[in-house]
Amino acid sequence: MGDPLFWHRLQFGFTATYHYLFPQLTMGLALVIVVLKAMGLRTGEARYNDAARFWIRIFGINFAVGVVTGIPLEFQFGTNWAKFSRLSGGIIGQTLGMEGMFAFFLESSFLGMLIWGEKKLSPKGHFGAALALWIGSWLSGYFIIATNAFMQHPVGYTVAADGTLQLTSFWAFLLNPWALGQYAHNMIAAVVTGSFVVAAIGAFWTLKGIHPEQAKLNLRVGTIMGLIFSVLVAFPTGDIQGKLVAKYQPISLAAMEGRFESGPRANLTLVGQPDVARRRIENPIQVPAMLSFIAYGSFSSDVKGLLEFPEDQWPQNIELLYYSFHIMAGLGTIMIALMGLAALLLWKGRLDTARPMLWVLMLAFPFPYIATTAGWAVAEFGRQPWLIYGVLRTVHGASPTVNAGHTAFTTLGFAGIFVVLSVLWLFLIGREISHGPVSHTSKA
Amino acid sequence: MEMLWFWLVSVMVAIYVVMDGFDFGAGILHLVVAKTNEERREVLGAIGPLWDGNEVWLLAGGGSLFLAFPKVLASGFSGFYLAMWLVVWCLMARGISIEFRSHLQDGLWRRFWDASFTFASVLLPVLLGAALGNVLRGVPVDGSGYFEMALWTNFRLGPQPGILDWYTVLIGVFALVTVTAHGALFLAWKTEGAVHERCKGLALSLWGLVLVLWVVSSYATSVVNPGIFHNLPKAPLAWVATLIFLAGLGLVFVGAKRERFLMAFVGSGAFILGLLAASAACVYPVMLRSTLGPQFDLTAQNASVGLHGLRTGLVWWLIGFPIAIGYIAFLFRFHRGKVKAAVEGEGY
Repeated sequence: MGDPLFWHRLQFGFTATYHYLFPQLTMGLALVIVVLKAMGLRTGEARYNDAARFWIRIFGINFAVGVVTGIPLEFQFGTNWAKFSRLSGGIIGQTLGMEGMFAFFLESSFLGMLIWGEKKLSPKGHFGAALALWIGSWLSGYFIIATNAFMQHPVGYTVAADGTLQLTSFWAFLLNPWALGQYAHNMIAAVVTGSFVVAAIGAFWTLKGIHPEQAKLNLRVGTIMGLIFSVLVAFPTGDIQGKLVAKYQPISLAAMEGRFESGPRANLTLVGQPDVARRRIENPIQVPAMLSFIAYGSFSSDVKGLLEFPEDQWPQNIELLYYSFHIMAGLGTIMIALMGLAALLLWKGRLDTARPMLWVLMLAFPFPYIATTAGWAVAEFGRQPWLIYGVLRTVHGASPTVNAGHTAFTTLGFAGIFVVLSVLWLFLIGREISHGPVSHTSKA
Repeated sequence: MEMLWFWLVSVMVAIYVVMDGFDFGAGILHLVVAKTNEERREVLGAIGPLWDGNEVWLLAGGGSLFLAFPKVLASGFSGFYLAMWLVVWCLMARGISIEFRSHLQDGLWRRFWDASFTFASVLLPVLLGAALGNVLRGVPVDGSGYFEMALWTNFRLGPQPGILDWYTVLIGVFALVTVTAHGALFLAWKTEGAVHERCKGLALSLWGLVLVLWVVSSYATSVVNPGIFHNLPKAPLAWVATLIFLAGLGLVFVGAKRERFLMAFVGSGAFILGLLAASAACVYPVMLRSTLGPQFDLTAQNASVGLHGLRTGLVWWLIGFPIAIGYIAFLFRFHRGKVKAAVEGEGY
């Protein structure tokens, strides 16, 4: 139990990972709801509004859990990472403060209006509330990504005489190239999560033979949005993100690929196990020269391997980084194929009756969750051993006066709370799904 | 510029207390003033659309503290480690209770969430009040800029105080009674029928208790921090703040007597806002007083970040603040009038 740093890291990683299960769905659903409300306005058909109402309820439950699991993260900066906060608060406090001021007020005001206001507001007004909620939740995402981007690739600051980091260029900080790339990749991934969930519910209802009209609608919306955004998440945004890592964190890139030797025409490893002790990949299946092309745009580019760098600069858990990256990329490829096939069947008009495909769609909804979680693991383990890349090592960021026992205690407290929350969440979501959409036009 | 940010942070925190204060109060009272499920839904309906907006003030205020005075945030949050997590867990319990309660029409389910909602609503103002008590009394910050405190010790003051001692608990109780009284006026304003009548009856006696506790707490504060009122003669803002909270107090009693509960509620908001502002004016420029000696105090000057950061923050703050106020005005207007319990299965 002795090492406080271990518990601080475990607690932050654990609470952040659990938290992000919820916002990734709400940020994705926010766009789905806007699309449904827009279709409702355009066609005047009640089924779009019925579907939107159902997804607003699901959004509401997930938003609540997302909010309460997000509060601890803001507090942890001060409670667990006091030295980091003291040093960099003048910079990352900007984005965290802006998130409260510009995003949270917008979200909390308009979510209430979306849930309670459908009868009080005109259809256009209700669409406006959905639009405001979407903007609010995506703004919130930007401020958080910009905060993380400063830790990944610090820009727009100087180090003052007392060692603290001082903001010198707000715009450089806010428009950090890393933030722009990661934001696009991340938000599109959130829409993929939303689309897979929508498609899965549509498939479930179709297989059960309940809510037939809504089942068809959700299948269509989920599949079309799912295909478009699964492709976008890989190209161009995933590609851009990869090039950013290659440019600013070449050590992380080498670890992600399990590459030890440097040299041109670097191979892309599709499958294999990194053996760090023996400095090689076991049983690899590789595409020749592809890594050079992906990272730097030319097959003959030089890609540095881990051996090029001092060992104390290596990410501590190279295996975890390698597998996280390959799980993310592998699942991404599978998801594109899956949605491509579903879209083809939809286009042929056979999706509603293709039971095996519906089974796959229904069971595939965890894929984007796993892929995004793995993606964040790549970003965060890739940043190690740094808390702020190249500026502050993780060992120097934790609170000096908080002992391991206290942190272990609160970590266990969170584990307990999250178990209870998960059970309640599953129970409530399960109920909503079996109830299905409530139509305002029918007598139900 | 540091002084300006000291005031911005203080104002954000004070607005948070006023706003979340009334829904804490409603949470504390709801088992007392609302007997039937219908009545409870009326109470929850009154705060339902507003509470998460209120809570945002805490995050926005915390963000302002973070960007302007990160040393205070780092020292305070890590020093109050366990108390901080109690606050977080209560915030989580409240949020979940109010959101989940409406999703199932079952007696046991609802009683459980009502209980957890009440429990968290009671504990939070006590903890936040105790936090204010700690700031007023002082904490053992040393030359490293950090401190460590036990959650409680023997409840006596001394060189090694705990987070909870008789003084901070007293301030916690004062805070609890004040937000309860504040919430009673809010509910009296927003409801009708039986709930309204019960809140009306409670409000005046609660405010009587607030008066008593205010006098006791002020005296106790002068005992634990004898220097605190020394700033008064030369701090014009303290006088303005004092006028505001005294006027607020007057409005509370006049409004409650004349049954004009919006007026009384505005008065109780002004009382809380003014009292906190007066406290801030008295301690300025100290943000975290050290019990080990004034040379270790964290002040608005020695804990602030560079000028460029403060200026940048000010620019977006001046844009964001009016927008946030606009949302609140819009929200209160949208949900204006007395609440009616919503149709089962819809909203709260």
